[in-house]
Amino acid sequence: MKKSAIPSFAWKNITESRLFFPLVALSLILLFDFIFIPGFFAIENREGNLHGSLIDIFRNGSTVMLLAIGMTLVIATGGVDLSVGATMAIAASMAGILMNPSALKNEVFFVTDPYYTFQPLWVVIVAALIVALICGLWNVVLVAYMRIQPMVATLILMISGRGIAQLITNGLRVQITYRPYAFLGQGWIVLPFSLYIVAIVLTITWIMTRKTAIGMFIESVGINFRSSFFSGIDEKKIKLLVYTFCGFCAGIAGLVASSNVRTSDANNIGLTTELDAILAVVIGGTSMSGGRFSLLASIVGALVMQAITQSMYAIGVPAFALQAIKAVVVIFVILLFSEQVRGFARGLTAQKKEV
Amino acid sequence: MSESDQDILVMEGISKTFPGVQALDNVSLTLKRGEILCLVGENGAGKSTLMKVLTGVDRPDSGRIILDGKEIHTRSPQHAQSLGISTVYQEINLCPNLTVAENILLGHEPHKMGRIDWVKMNDLAGETLQGLLGVDIDVTKLLGSYTVAIQQMVAIARALDIASARILILDEPTSSLDVHETEQLFKVMKKLKNEGVGIIFITHFIGQVYENSDRITVLRNGKLVGTYDTASITRVELIGKMIGRSLAELDEMTKIKLESSKHIRREALLQARELGLAGSIRPFNLELHAGEVVGLAGLLGSGRTETASILFGVEKPDTGTIVFDGDVVQDYSPLGSITRGVALCPEDRKAAGIVDDLTVRENIILAMQASKGWFKYLSLREQYEIAEKYIKLLNIATPSADQPVKNLSGGNQQKVILARWLATNPQVLILDEPTRGIDVGTKAEIQKLVLSLAEEGKACVFISSELEEVLRTSHRIVVLREREKVAEFVGEVDENTIIHAIAGSEA
Repeated sequence: MKKSAIPSFAWKNITESRLFFPLVALSLILLFDFIFIPGFFAIENREGNLHGSLIDIFRNGSTVMLLAIGMTLVIATGGVDLSVGATMAIAASMAGILMNPSALKNEVFFVTDPYYTFQPLWVVIVAALIVALICGLWNVVLVAYMRIQPMVATLILMISGRGIAQLITNGLRVQITYRPYAFLGQGWIVLPFSLYIVAIVLTITWIMTRKTAIGMFIESVGINFRSSFFSGIDEKKIKLLVYTFCGFCAGIAGLVASSNVRTSDANNIGLTTELDAILAVVIGGTSMSGGRFSLLASIVGALVMQAITQSMYAIGVPAFALQAIKAVVVIFVILLFSEQVRGFARGLTAQKKEV
Repeated sequence: MSESDQDILVMEGISKTFPGVQALDNVSLTLKRGEILCLVGENGAGKSTLMKVLTGVDRPDSGRIILDGKEIHTRSPQHAQSLGISTVYQEINLCPNLTVAENILLGHEPHKMGRIDWVKMNDLAGETLQGLLGVDIDVTKLLGSYTVAIQQMVAIARALDIASARILILDEPTSSLDVHETEQLFKVMKKLKNEGVGIIFITHFIGQVYENSDRITVLRNGKLVGTYDTASITRVELIGKMIGRSLAELDEMTKIKLESSKHIRREALLQARELGLAGSIRPFNLELHAGEVVGLAGLLGSGRTETASILFGVEKPDTGTIVFDGDVVQDYSPLGSITRGVALCPEDRKAAGIVDDLTVRENIILAMQASKGWFKYLSLREQYEIAEKYIKLLNIATPSADQPVKNLSGGNQQKVILARWLATNPQVLILDEPTRGIDVGTKAEIQKLVLSLAEEGKACVFISSELEEVLRTSHRIVVLREREKVAEFVGEVDENTIIHAIAGSEA
């Protein structure tokens, strides 16, 4: 057994690693940047904090990375959560209104004191995250207990969620002026503060899934829920965990995003990010039909998504054309690296041999 | 000469191997014009594979198919249909949200000036249904609004209409029909037969075999047992042929069995009292003792699997109770059963057994880990220890414990499932068809294992379609018929007695 282990450490082992293809995709995009965008890799030291395009990819990618962590687990069970963008908006609205409740009286009131807040920061954060958890719970009720297809079930909240967010803020945009809150998305401690949040959530999730049996159960349910049921795995409990956790991650992402733009904008926060998150997971090699997953690969997938956006901006693609260009690049990346297409390609070549 | 003129279809020496399984071994079949030929055999006998070869779904490794004196090579079901071989499957694969007429003529609708001629289409469909099958219904209504039986008729009408079919294959068409609907189908079959269509009828209901067929072809384990005139073979003989009753060799198994029967405990470990579920299994009583192997015998659909799943808590009973080790069971769920010490190795290995993308190691520890919960995660070292132990104990052929279980052969996958359940250290082990689709050597291995487990003090339930196997491994045999426990035999029983019990006829 030892013998076979040595050569398998070579090329094949590297290419079969789940991280390999997402990393290749990211490298290709960065290589493109290196060649075509001068100074893309320059990193500046401003008062001990690091700035630069590369750092921006990480910083701006943090919301999608947070979403991708939760989404990975949901997709691994064979489901999908389309409502994360709306959940972000709900959490952000909740946080906004608790810091600046003037919108409730139907007046746009600009707080001038950067240290004024209606509720203390911890109440703001806890309340926003609880609302996000409730969003996740709502999805679980539909998916696991009422057996509605995940795509349809989460579509309900995706559509109604923005309405709920509007209701919370009374249909107004809430300006966020409270400085400590702004630190979530805009603060720096050598590196952007949001990256530390991502790192903490990632670590907790990794420990939760890989140092307990939960990760294996998630995969098992995603691959074959009937076998899992016969083996005594409670599929509903697993779904309860992953959907609420996905909502929780979306809540954190909502806080970071609203802190970053200093507004709780129910209409625009997290708009279409659910699709970015799903793509990040797919680029990370987790099959949409469920099964084996890798959190780190999804994170790299999220970075690929952000790197594409950032590079397009850098070479001067106008914002309105960005989505179209992004779609083309994403299709290319997915065609190259998705497991299914590789299987399809293998099938094609095998058929040719047969003929 | 006139005999061979009558033959519309001859299949000669058909063999087909799937990875790890010889699905068909030199099987031959003839079908005459205007005849109903019943194809019978237990699950895994090769009936459906033979039909798949005929309709071009699978290609045979060897053998010839001769249709009307000409050798044919069917490439696909569509191709087979164009040659006049039509199939109606067990599950109706029509569109319930289209009208009956649309379903019948889908893909070859009559046209008028480039558009579909609806009037003509409805007329045509109506004529087909009435003329061919004698069914008079409103063809403009949605298919889904009719009963399953009518849908079945529509499926037949479609099959007949596509090409003037000369051969019609009916694959268990009656399994979802009630008595009246079945009668209606049989009338149609007789009508078609009189028109010269050759019908291959696959069913598990012996009564229907005798009601309809002219001849019977019996398959077992991928081999042809024989073809018989229906009038000349009795039910008991037929069932004997289906489940195999070569005179049991008095091999070491019998000795082991005799030896182990001394260890059977007096008091029952698990008692089912009037346990039943409407539509699944009639209330039954059953006692399982430590150290004993109880065999469940009966034909497919007799309630064997249902009995197993109700004992394991896959389904909640609506009457009766289970008493386990003196306590009345409250929690009917697989997880509850596992924590009690009951294990079920399910019948359908692919759908309910293996988790194919997980490794051998993960598959083995899955149920054990589930009973421990989310947080008492077995360390990798413990996982490998357990996996290696069972790989060795059960002789699982795998390059390593980290191999995805989908890469293993059927027999080895079965052993992995077995290992999963042994790892939970159950007191009651229910094995539903543990030897299906497994080569003979492995079968014997598993049978011996079951006996040795009983000797260690476990109560085992052994379910198999092969009576011979049940007889060989069980101390006590429970016979099921039509979802009801009908008899129980203790000690040495001869096969005829059991076959009579299965067939429900007097000896």
